[in-house]
Amino acid sequence: MISDSGGGSKIRLIGRRMFILTAAKAVVVFGVVGRLISLQINESKKYKTLSDKNRFREWKFAPPRGVIKDYFDEEIASNEKVFQLHLIPENAENLSALIFRLKNILKMSDKAVSKIQKKIKSQKPWDPVIISDNLTWAEFSRINLFLHELQGVEPIISVARVYREQSSSHVIGYVSKISKRDLQQKNYLANMKAAGMRVGKTGLENKLDSEIIGDIGHKRYEVNAFGKRIKEVSIDQGKNGKSYKTTLDLELQNLSANLLKDKAGAICVMDIYRGDIITMVSSPTFDPNKFVHGINTKDWKELINHRDKPLVNKAISGLYPPGSTIKGLVAISALENDVVNTKMVQQCSGSIELYGEKFHCWKKKGHGFVDMRKAIKESCDVYFYEVARRLGIDRLSETARAYGLGDTMVKGFHEEKTGVVPNTKWKKQRIGKSWYLGETLHSGIGQGYWQTTPMQLCLMTARIANGGYDVEPRIVLGEKSKFSIFAEKKKNPKSLEEFFNSDLSNEFDDTTIDFGYKSLFKNQENINFVKDAFFGATNEPGGTSYGSRLSKKEFMFAGKTGTSQVRRITEKQRELEIKNEDLPYEQRDHALYVAFAPYNDPQYSISVVVEHGGSGSKSAAPIAKKVIKKLLERHPLRQKIHDNYKGEDV
Amino acid sequence: MFRSGSIQSHLTLRDKIFSLDLTLTICIFLIGIISFFAMYSTDGGHFAYHTKSHIIRFIIFFTLFFIISFIKTSFWYSSATLFYLGVLFLLILVKYVGLTSSGSQRWLDLYFLNLQPSELMKIGLILFLAKYYHKISSGDVNKFRYLAQPLLALLFPVILVVTQPDLGTSFLIAVGGVIVVWLAGVKMKFFAYLGGLFLLSAPVAISFLKPYQKSRILTFLDPSRDPLGAGYQITQSKIAIGSGGLFGKGFLDGSQSYLDYLPEKHTDFIFTLFSEEFGFFGSMSILLIYILITWRIVNIGHALRTSFGRLYCYSFATAFFIYVAVNMGMVLGLIPIVGAPLPIMSYGGSSMMAIMIGLGIVMSCKIHKDQALG
Repeated sequence: MISDSGGGSKIRLIGRRMFILTAAKAVVVFGVVGRLISLQINESKKYKTLSDKNRFREWKFAPPRGVIKDYFDEEIASNEKVFQLHLIPENAENLSALIFRLKNILKMSDKAVSKIQKKIKSQKPWDPVIISDNLTWAEFSRINLFLHELQGVEPIISVARVYREQSSSHVIGYVSKISKRDLQQKNYLANMKAAGMRVGKTGLENKLDSEIIGDIGHKRYEVNAFGKRIKEVSIDQGKNGKSYKTTLDLELQNLSANLLKDKAGAICVMDIYRGDIITMVSSPTFDPNKFVHGINTKDWKELINHRDKPLVNKAISGLYPPGSTIKGLVAISALENDVVNTKMVQQCSGSIELYGEKFHCWKKKGHGFVDMRKAIKESCDVYFYEVARRLGIDRLSETARAYGLGDTMVKGFHEEKTGVVPNTKWKKQRIGKSWYLGETLHSGIGQGYWQTTPMQLCLMTARIANGGYDVEPRIVLGEKSKFSIFAEKKKNPKSLEEFFNSDLSNEFDDTTIDFGYKSLFKNQENINFVKDAFFGATNEPGGTSYGSRLSKKEFMFAGKTGTSQVRRITEKQRELEIKNEDLPYEQRDHALYVAFAPYNDPQYSISVVVEHGGSGSKSAAPIAKKVIKKLLERHPLRQKIHDNYKGEDV
Repeated sequence: MFRSGSIQSHLTLRDKIFSLDLTLTICIFLIGIISFFAMYSTDGGHFAYHTKSHIIRFIIFFTLFFIISFIKTSFWYSSATLFYLGVLFLLILVKYVGLTSSGSQRWLDLYFLNLQPSELMKIGLILFLAKYYHKISSGDVNKFRYLAQPLLALLFPVILVVTQPDLGTSFLIAVGGVIVVWLAGVKMKFFAYLGGLFLLSAPVAISFLKPYQKSRILTFLDPSRDPLGAGYQITQSKIAIGSGGLFGKGFLDGSQSYLDYLPEKHTDFIFTLFSEEFGFFGSMSILLIYILITWRIVNIGHALRTSFGRLYCYSFATAFFIYVAVNMGMVLGLIPIVGAPLPIMSYGGSSMMAIMIGLGIVMSCKIHKDQALG
């Protein structure tokens, strides 16, 4: 029998209490089911993403940058194979021992080691750290020899930027590691973080950066919980950066850089119809390759403290008073405004006086009686004091602006300076004082407040040489410019009628230019007069650059010298007739020269500035002569390539 | 059933087989089959060590389940105290000759298997207390004299297991014991006293906790505190379950477990692995089978006439349910990680043995419900 003490009441009590427990169980079941619904249905997407993040590790790598070529397909900025050493911290068995080994093998400095250790701490253990991004072949092979003992280290063959010539360092610019400022200024860098990524800092490298940089590549690996790679899941090679062809001529770049060797200055050459910049050279130059893998402190200090500021692109950032090179422009302004005519004669006795102040001509004994052509040819200052006095600074500044001074003209170069085209309003605003007539006289010979870049002077000359049209500089082929828009229109006529009406035969004829450019003149005769006066200055005895002429007919060019003072000459110094060469370097005059060539069928304009070089005729013009000779020798070559381009791009 | 109401003095083997509870037996078998697949997956899709030994153990202990079912309930009733004392002896033995693994001394080396006596104590205590309350009259239940013995019977093994240390198992042992006491009719106020005492002693107990145990509790309160340290298990388990979605990633395709993100995937986290591979429907199916098992045990208990049978079945059903709930709650991040296996599914011989013995006694009660306890 059942020996149950208590009987039925006990069983009923158990039943009652069991009921409570069952109810509690139901609550628990609801809890578990609710949690399952929440995790597996409601938040499943979130956890799927987290699970994938767990599974996959991504390695990003930098794509090769686009190549920058000159007009003749010569590579100016290209890529070369480099040997790199990456370290994946989590793969190393004993990190500090490994780093010690590497330090010995590669003979790294303590500083470099602590930098690497800092870097390791700052990132995820599976993100590779670059130990060295440019190993020599000897180091690379030594590493490979010891590789079996160096777990966690990966030798990698990669590509990096290389610049073969230093002649174009300024216009091409350089690349370097991404800085915080780059991240702020260039949005596209936000998801471009990869070991070895470089970003353009100056010049074309900076201007074209967003396209030339390419698309980042990805490698995806499935990894287990310990970070060990199980298999490669996908690989995305990224996209190589877009390559660019420029209007530059590397050979002329090299020649120009050579001519400016041991001097400080700049040379600019441009096509006066298309605006193509053919040469943009600044001196002294620097080695842009040093920036690619991180410049060392010693080299950096040397560059920064150098007297002649090698890092500055003097062609667009160097500011110089234009000196007498402005005289053509002053003449045009005066003629266009009907203030004087070309027949006006002025006597030059070496100086004139105005309100008790003496204004000197560069020629102490004076030019005698001069008309306008002779005044330009022989660069008579007294004549232009008088012209400027009649013209007034405000009308002169208007003309100067129209011809490209006082503004940035090369698009996309953050280092370009605007310069100064002075007028009464400008002085009032910037200096807070009224304009003096004496300042107008100084401005008439390009002294005083004027600040121009060599590029602006080159553009000014181009606009005079092409007959007075507002050509604009360009440096990248394929970039939209006034010229390319015009050419497109000509090639894609909307109707047959338009096609027959368009005058294609005259396209490159300088006498009837119709490039869709705006004309800057009222009477083109005034422009032609100045061009002729420039011819006189170069090709007739007594002209300021007669000594630098090219006598072969097809090479003949026309130009204007300029000498700009960097200091005020006192009366005493004038008496003593101190020669420029005897002055301390910093006080010597800048030598300038602007020209266009060939005279008979103008194609190119050039500007040369030699800092503290003395007079324009002695220092700048001879350099220009050599550049022009080469330029004109290469003209048929350039023309041939241009003709071949006609179909697609101009 | 046939001949219900009359008292059977003798049952043939055929009778016994026919009076087995079919639903319960099938559910146990189903869980076993499912666990084979889960174990096969933890072995990375190979018929390797864990799978093999799990299958062998299941076959052995499932057979044991039938053997126990066919033995008269009166035998289990009379040997309850001996069973309890025997396991208690083994627990004491563990203190001296037990095997130590990851800082805790829980196992006895029996050559053919490493026995974990604390798992057997889960059943032993329920059995002992069920018998105890069967014997005393309902009037005596709340007398102090009759309260002391169950309290001691409960505290002694619990303290032994806590000091192994094994927080999870000691908690589950205690819960089983408390349930029997509660069902037997001990007044609420005593539980309140006990609860109060527990709360008062908690600060003292916490000071005895090992650092890893403290960090587990803190991490449960805020898993993001240390996602790669102590919170790692909860976080990874939630990711695995959540990423399973509605239908799961597919058999052998659970990336979380396959890539070793899951800790102890073949023991405590077997449900996580299953959920990742079979999704919401998979996890609900398992939960449903466990609910069915609990419901059948309660049902069997309800048909019994003896206090021992009822107390035992109700308590075991509840304890079984709690084992499941604690394990699932743990892997779902609802409660701290305490180290509680999922009955039958989890790899581990002692746990499966204890559960099968427990289920076997339930079945024995069903088969022999018309026989006297002797």
